[in-house]
Amino acid sequence: MGSLSPGFHGRTRAFEGRLPPGQYPTESFPVLSAGPTPHVPTDRWSFTVTTERGETRSWTWDEMMALPQEEPTVDIHCVTRWSKFDTRWRGVSLDVFLDEVDSSSEHVVAESFDGYTTNLPREDVTGGKAWLAHAYDGYALSPDHGGPARLVVPHLYFWKSAKWIKGIILTPDDEPGFWESAGYHGYGDPWREQRYWSD
Amino acid sequence: MNEHPLYLDGNALAGPLGEVFTTDPTTAWRLCPACRLPATLAQLHVYGPEPGLTARCPGCAAVALRVVTQPGHLWLQLGSGAGAFRFSRPHDRVRNPG
Ligand SMILES: [Zn+2]
Repeated sequence: MGSLSPGFHGRTRAFEGRLPPGQYPTESFPVLSAGPTPHVPTDRWSFTVTTERGETRSWTWDEMMALPQEEPTVDIHCVTRWSKFDTRWRGVSLDVFLDEVDSSSEHVVAESFDGYTTNLPREDVTGGKAWLAHAYDGYALSPDHGGPARLVVPHLYFWKSAKWIKGIILTPDDEPGFWESAGYHGYGDPWREQRYWSD
Repeated sequence: MNEHPLYLDGNALAGPLGEVFTTDPTTAWRLCPACRLPATLAQLHVYGPEPGLTARCPGCAAVALRVVTQPGHLWLQLGSGAGAFRFSRPHDRVRNPG
């Protein structure tokens, strides 16, 4: 660690208390991919919430853009150990969508256009803690970062922030998603280093 | 930024799977349950390596397997609908059908 520049130390100090254990800060935005990048034109995009009884409520792109927009600036933490501070997003709080359906389920599965899934407790995507984001750093979200729209759940490891999101399914039971069924942790709290099943 | 993430061929799985298989896994054979394309493990398209390796059918991109490595452990996920891999058993003599 002796070879780090004074500037790096200064920056690290500025972010003290914001770097979870086992993480390092980065200014780049690495792209991780588990398959071909889907290209979904906004005129064929829709976002659907499905309840445990199979009832659905959908929004077209224009309907989604007409909803109240928020601009969260948040720190994000990837399980591959990079963290990025003060990322700027624009999008709609998931509360706005979930308030529109009647459900008693305590779990959700986020589903993407490429078949990716990830599971989250309902209370972790409500109460102003999660967004459907369509812009990053002032620009429309590019396909390699999950555009036209992705989930952003900054308080959990970033694999929970599903790219290319197409819907939320409310489920009575916790149903492991794409990486959660292959060894990754079911919840993924970066502050408790919940990387793998046994963590 | 890279709009079309590159994938590797299935030989990228030789390292991690070679740690836990006693035979060379890359020659294992598979018939894709989604599109019926036959392929060896070496012919799959492999994305990753982080947060894990995702191997997909070269014909239809259906997921064939996922490999997650953590210190001390390797996870191999075939999952529902992923199909089966046929391995050769080098120590078996194929019995004379007659
Ligand atoms: Zn196929």
